[in-house]
Amino acid sequence: MSADSAEAVFKTTGARQSTPPGQRSGATKLELIGVGKEFRTKRAHTQALEGIDLTIRDGEFVSVIGRSGCGKTTLLRMIAGLLSPTTGQILVEGRSLWNGARVDTSVVSQLGVVFQEANLFPWYSVAENIALPLQLRGDDKASRLARAQELAELVGLGGFERSYPRELSGGMRQRVAIARALSTHPKLLLMDEPFGALDALTRERMNLELQRIALATNATVIFITHDITEAVFLGDRVVHLTPRPGRIAQIKTIGFEKPRSIDVQTEPEFGAIARDLRHALDEDEKR
Amino acid sequence: MSRDRSRKLLPWISTPVILIVAFIAWDVFVRVSGVPDVVLPPPASVFESLGTVLTTGETWQHAYITAAETVGGFLIALVVGVTAGVILGKVAWLELSLRPLVVASQVVPKVALIPLFVVWFGFGMTSKVVISAMLAFFPIMLNVQLGVRSVEPGQREVMRSLNATRWQTFRHLELKSTMPYVFAGMEVGIVLAIIGAIVGEYLGGSEGLGYLLVRTLNDLDAPAMFATTIMLSALGLALYFMVNGLKRFFIPWHESVYGQQDVNG
Repeated sequence: MSADSAEAVFKTTGARQSTPPGQRSGATKLELIGVGKEFRTKRAHTQALEGIDLTIRDGEFVSVIGRSGCGKTTLLRMIAGLLSPTTGQILVEGRSLWNGARVDTSVVSQLGVVFQEANLFPWYSVAENIALPLQLRGDDKASRLARAQELAELVGLGGFERSYPRELSGGMRQRVAIARALSTHPKLLLMDEPFGALDALTRERMNLELQRIALATNATVIFITHDITEAVFLGDRVVHLTPRPGRIAQIKTIGFEKPRSIDVQTEPEFGAIARDLRHALDEDEKR
Repeated sequence: MSRDRSRKLLPWISTPVILIVAFIAWDVFVRVSGVPDVVLPPPASVFESLGTVLTTGETWQHAYITAAETVGGFLIALVVGVTAGVILGKVAWLELSLRPLVVASQVVPKVALIPLFVVWFGFGMTSKVVISAMLAFFPIMLNVQLGVRSVEPGQREVMRSLNATRWQTFRHLELKSTMPYVFAGMEVGIVLAIIGAIVGEYLGGSEGLGYLLVRTLNDLDAPAMFATTIMLSALGLALYFMVNGLKRFFIPWHESVYGQQDVNG
């Protein structure tokens, strides 16, 4: 099944027929061409991912969903420059990220990554954590602080700049991690189940926050999750990865206009998409 | 909040109370049981003797010697221990090849080697410094080795995703996350260093509080012996709290410092 033929285009009734956000400028942000990853150990070869083709446009929010073990984290790690692909090419604004097994650091510096754990540095304050990428880059202190301040406001942590990670709740820590990833104005924000460790209510609130932040910064986002509701709620498109080997089974375009309120989840169209995805994921389980 | 504050004050009240009760019990016991002064002098004569000991210039000279030996040995152990710990923590093959020796030298009762060190390094301060350093070295090295290996993989990943150089990763991550382990090793190390110095003084030499203690024992001057013991304890406490203070200053963010009060709770 090729990705394109499986693409289900969905438009909400009543909603303004807006062009998907990605097509506003139409510029290609990220291109995956035949990307595959094989893990070799002495005993076994595992084809984690195979023939991944995906084009993501500027300002687009793409959710990637799949069962655990379908290679979605592997995919993200390859796009983040942490793991080299065995085959294929990854282009960020037309520039190749991987040169064989070597990563082009000038391309990596244009990415922002948020992991499942906030992974903050407990010895640095919130502001210092947010500005760490800028410090590593060599920005001066004044501009670092100004940017940290601005980002703390953006992620709803104004007034907590001088707090330390231990004083924050799980959701607040993840906000800091998001702010840190945004600090360098990345061309692409990569998120690997960022809210996976949070409770359901906090998670819902963080989804709304992330939507707001993504719209405010016009960020291009790849969002890995195993939560269907989250994927559909946030995504302009939802990519369904099927396991063994990891391939793109289908890509659904989600037509709801943004910003979406949490109530969109109770709309029948939303339910239909979620149900389709649920069935598809259940099929994966049987295979 | 006020409950927190009263909890913080609690040890400041309980400690003197317990001490006073202990002294009273001690005094009563001595009076009732009629043990000879040489075995257990009453607290009053110990304090009297402590007054005499503290006002003697010679005592302070001895205390200074012991403190110098301890601190000297401890600093050597710190430098060598941190260096060895970092190297062994980073270079896996070296650690593997040295592991049997390290374990063996851990198991050897090092106090048993002290007479040998006195023979090798003489009756002066050098032998005590060496003994202190040797005792303090192992906990520092082992803790640092553990610390170097205990850097969070997730935090490492963050540094990688930020294109950090080796030096930046060291400065912002490895150094900071190893610090609590360095201090844990230091807190154990300083106590062992003072033990090393005192035992060294017991066995050979003519200066230091350990020597003074042996001398009061030979004189059968029990109150002075108790007084010297109190001085030794005070020295140990002072050194320990110095290390602890450094820890509070350098790693205020660590849970061993900000304590059990859960800020989120």
